[in-house]
Amino acid sequence: MKYLRMMLVLLTVVLLGNTIVLADVPKPVIPKGNAEECVLPKEEMRVDHMNYILHQRDETMHRGIRTKKFSLKGCIDCHTVKDDAGKIVSYKDKKHFCNSCHTYAAVNIDCFECHASTPTAKGTISSTGGKK
Amino acid sequence: MNKINYQEIEGSSSGFIALLGILGIFVLAGLGATYYMEHNGHYVTGMNNQIVWGLPHVFAVFLIVAASGALNVASIGTVFGKTLYKPLGRLSSLLAIALLAGGLAVLLLDLGRPDRLIVAMTYYNFKSIFAWNIILYSGFFGITIVYVWMMMEKRMNKYYRPAGMAAFIWRLILTTGTGSIFGFLVARSAYDAAIMAPMFIIMSFSFGLAIFLLVLMLGYNWTNRPLGDAIIYRLKNLLGVFVAAVMYFVLVFHLTNLYETEHHGVERFILAGNTIHTTLFWVVQIIIGSIVPLIILYSKLGRSRMWVGMASLFIIIGGIAQMYVIIIGGQAYPLNIFPGMEVLSSSFGDAAAYHAYSPSLAETVLGVSGIAIALLIVVLGVRVLKFMPDSLADKDVDPHQKA
Amino acid sequence: MSKPGSETSKISRRKFLGTGITVAGMSVAPGVSLINVAEARPLDQPVSSKQRWGILVDANKCSKGCTSCVDACFTENGLNRGDEQHSRPGQKAQWIRKIDLRDKATGHEVSLPLFCQHCEHPPCTDVCPTGASFKRKDGLVLVDKHICIGCRYCMMACPYKARSFIHEELTHQFEYAPRGKGTVEGCTLCVHRVDQGRNPACVDACNAAGHKAMYFGDLKDSNSEVSKQLKMHSSKAIRADLELNPGIRYRGI
Ligand code: HEC
Ligand code: HEC
Ligand code: HEC
Repeated sequence: MKYLRMMLVLLTVVLLGNTIVLADVPKPVIPKGNAEECVLPKEEMRVDHMNYILHQRDETMHRGIRTKKFSLKGCIDCHTVKDDAGKIVSYKDKKHFCNSCHTYAAVNIDCFECHASTPTAKGTISSTGGKK
Repeated sequence: MNKINYQEIEGSSSGFIALLGILGIFVLAGLGATYYMEHNGHYVTGMNNQIVWGLPHVFAVFLIVAASGALNVASIGTVFGKTLYKPLGRLSSLLAIALLAGGLAVLLLDLGRPDRLIVAMTYYNFKSIFAWNIILYSGFFGITIVYVWMMMEKRMNKYYRPAGMAAFIWRLILTTGTGSIFGFLVARSAYDAAIMAPMFIIMSFSFGLAIFLLVLMLGYNWTNRPLGDAIIYRLKNLLGVFVAAVMYFVLVFHLTNLYETEHHGVERFILAGNTIHTTLFWVVQIIIGSIVPLIILYSKLGRSRMWVGMASLFIIIGGIAQMYVIIIGGQAYPLNIFPGMEVLSSSFGDAAAYHAYSPSLAETVLGVSGIAIALLIVVLGVRVLKFMPDSLADKDVDPHQKA
Repeated sequence: MSKPGSETSKISRRKFLGTGITVAGMSVAPGVSLINVAEARPLDQPVSSKQRWGILVDANKCSKGCTSCVDACFTENGLNRGDEQHSRPGQKAQWIRKIDLRDKATGHEVSLPLFCQHCEHPPCTDVCPTGASFKRKDGLVLVDKHICIGCRYCMMACPYKARSFIHEELTHQFEYAPRGKGTVEGCTLCVHRVDQGRNPACVDACNAAGHKAMYFGDLKDSNSEVSKQLKMHSSKAIRADLELNPGIRYRGI
C-alpha cells in the first residue's frame, strides 16, 4: 500500500513536470541532413546514434578502421545547418543539428571541444585525401 | 590501566564554529580556484609543458605521504602492542583518512579533465603505477575504515589486531607505490634511483607523525582535555628518530648520485645551483625542517609543548619544501635527451639551463586547500564520532608501560 | 616556430600546398617518398602488427634554420590557426621541433627534428593510468583523447619531451585532427594520412623543400625505402641506452 502511494505520487510529479516542460519549451525542430536519408533509418538513428558513433570512435582510434558510414566526420559533413546569414553554424549555436535534441533532452556531450562541428573547408592541406 | 573513555567533542562553542568557518573558507577558495583553472584551462597556472606538475602536486603528494605516516601511531599500538599508543589509534586512523582525502582531492582537481573521474575509475591500465595507486588509495580508505570500526565496536574488538596488521602492511605498500611514481621515471635523472621508495616511507613516518602530534596537542588544548607528558615525550622522541632517518636517506640519496657521473649535473643544480631549489633544500628542508627540529626535540626545549609544536610545524614546512625540490626541482632540471651533446637551440626549451616555474595564486590556493580539506574532515570527525579519549593524562594511559 | 600568418609560415604553407598536390598525385621523384598506394589498407581493415611505421632522419641532410617539417606539421594538424592565444610560449603545443646540437667532444654540429619517437616499449603507455596512451598494432604511439584525464604522467615519463598539454579551449580544429583543452597530445605520425597510404606531412614537406632528409615507411617490409636505407648505413636511436627501440632513427648524430 505504502509503495503504491509512493508510486502514485512519483507518477504525478513526473507527469506534471513533463507537462510544464512541454508547455514551456517548444518541441525541437530537427533539421534534415543534406541528403535524402540518413546512414540508417531515421528512427534507428534517433535512438541509437550514440552507440554507433561511440563504437566507431574506438574502432577508428585503436584499430585504424576508417569506414565512412558512422564516422563523426560524416555526420558533421552531411548535417550542416545554416544561420540567417547563410553561414554554417557550429555546436556553440543552439541550431546546430547535434544540439537540436540535446538542448531539449538536456544531454551534454563534450565531443565538440575537440572535434570540429562544421565541415573542414576543401582546399585545406589534408582535405585532398581527407574525405572520400 | 584505567578504562579509556572516548567522547565526541563539544561543538557549540564559538571557537569551534570559527574553526569550521576558517577551514570552510579555505576549502571554498580551493573549489573556486579549481573552477577558475578548469574553466579557463591550465594557462592560468604557472605550469607549462616543461613543469607539468606544479604546486598542487607538491601538496597532494605531501598529504598522501603524510597520510600513511599518520597511521603509524595506530600501528605501533596494534601491531607492536605498545599499550601507550592504543588510545591514540582512533585519532591516528581518522587523521590518516583525512589527509589522504585531502591529498587525493587536490590531485583530482588538478587534472586536465576532472570531469572524467568516471573514466579514471573504469579504465585501468594495470601496467601503470598510477592506476595501482588508485587501487591502493581506495583500499587504504576501506581497510582503515574497517580498522577504526573494529576499534570502536566492542563486538569486533577481537578482530582489530589482524585489521591493524592489514592496515600496516597496506600502507607500507601504498607509500612504496607513491614513491615509485617518481622512481619509475627512468628518463629523469633526478628520480632515477631505487632509494626513492624507501625514502618516501621514512618521509611518511616523519611528516605523518609531525602532523599527528600537532593535531593531538591542539585538539586537547582547545577542548580542555587532559593530555599527559608521557605520550608527548614518547611521540616527540620518536619524531626525532624519524627526522634523523629522513636526513640519513637524503644524504645517501645524494651521495650515491654524486658517485655516478651522469647525475652530477642534476646534483649540482639542486645542491649548489642558484635557483630557489638550492635555497629550499638547504635553508628550508635541511636547516629549518630537519636540524632545528632535531635540536629542539632533543634539547631542554623539548620539554616545552610549545616548542614541540614548533618543531612539528618546522618539520611540516621542511617536508613541503622537500616535496617541492623533488617534484618541481626534478622537472626544472632539463632532460638529457642527447648525452654528450650540447643543445644550441630549440623552441621547446631543450637548450635552457633550467626551467623556471612561478606558481599562480590559483594553484597555490588549490594546494593549500588540500590541507584545509583534511583538517575539516578531522574536526567534523571528532565532533560526530568518538575518536578522542576523554583524558590522556598520564595516569589514564598506563604509566607502567616502559619501552 | 612561425606565428600564424607570419611571412615564413605563409610561404612554406603555399610552397607546401603546391607540392602536397603533386604528392597526392603520386608522381614525385621516384624512390623518395613513395609508399605504395596500392598497398594502402582498405578502410574496413584493422591495422596489424605485420607493419611497423617508422622514419629515418638523415641529420646530414637536415638543414640548420629550415623549419619546413615543423611548419607542415603545424599546418596539417591545425596548430597554427590562431588558437592558444592565452597560453604562454612554454604552454603552447609543439608536436615537432628543430634542435641544433654540437658534439661536446668534437665540436661537430648537426640540426635535426625531434618528435614522438614511436617506441616499441613506450614509457608513456606504461605509466598512463587509463590506457589512453597506447601503441597501435602498427607501432604508432597515440593518445586516445576520449579517455585521457589530463594527468600528464606521460609527459613526465617521456624521455624525449615529445608531448604537449593543451592549456586552454581550442576552436579552430580541423575535422580530421581533433584536439582539445585538458588533454595531452603529441605527434601521431599523421595517422589520418598514414591510414590512407600517404606520408606524414613533415616527410612530404622535407622532400618538397629539396632536403629529402626523412624516409618514411614500413620497418618490417625489407623492400621499403626506409628499411633499405637503414640497412645500407649506420643509424642511431636517441637515448638508445634506455632500450625503448624507437621507430624513429637518426643518421649523422
Ligand atoms: C548522407 C548524409 C547523412 C549522413 C552522413 C548522416 N546523416 Fe543523419 N540524417 C540525414 C538525413 C537526410 C536525415 C533525415 C532523414 C529523414 O527525415 O528521413 C537524417 C536524420 C538523422 C537523425 C534523426 C533526426 C530526426 O529527425 O529525428 C539523427 C539522430 C541523425 N541523422 C544522426 C546522424 C549521425 C549521428 C550521423 C553520423 C554517424 C549521421 N546522422 C550521418 C543525413 C545524413
Ligand atoms: C579530447 C579530445 C576529444 C574529445 C573530447 C572527443 N574526441 Fe573523438 N577523437 C579525438 C581524436 C584525437 C580522434 C582521432 C582522430 C584520428 O585518428 O583521425 C578522435 C576520433 C573520433 C572518431 C573517429 C574519427 C571520426 O571522425 O569518425 C569518432 C567517431 C569520435 N572521435 C567520436 C567522438 C565522440 C562521439 C565524442 C564525444 C562523446 C568525442 N569523439 C570526443 C579527440 C576527441
Ligand atoms: C533526434 C534527436 C537527437 C539528435 C538530432 C542528436 N542526438 Fe545525440 N542524443 C539524443 C538523446 C535523446 C540522447 C540521450 C540518450 C540517453 O541518455 O540514453 C543522446 C545522446 C548522445 C550521446 C551520448 C551522450 C552520453 O553522455 O552518453 C552522444 C555521444 C550523442 N548523442 C551524439 C550526437 C551527435 C554527434 C549528434 C549530431 C550528429 C547527435 N547526437 C544528434 C538525441 C539526439
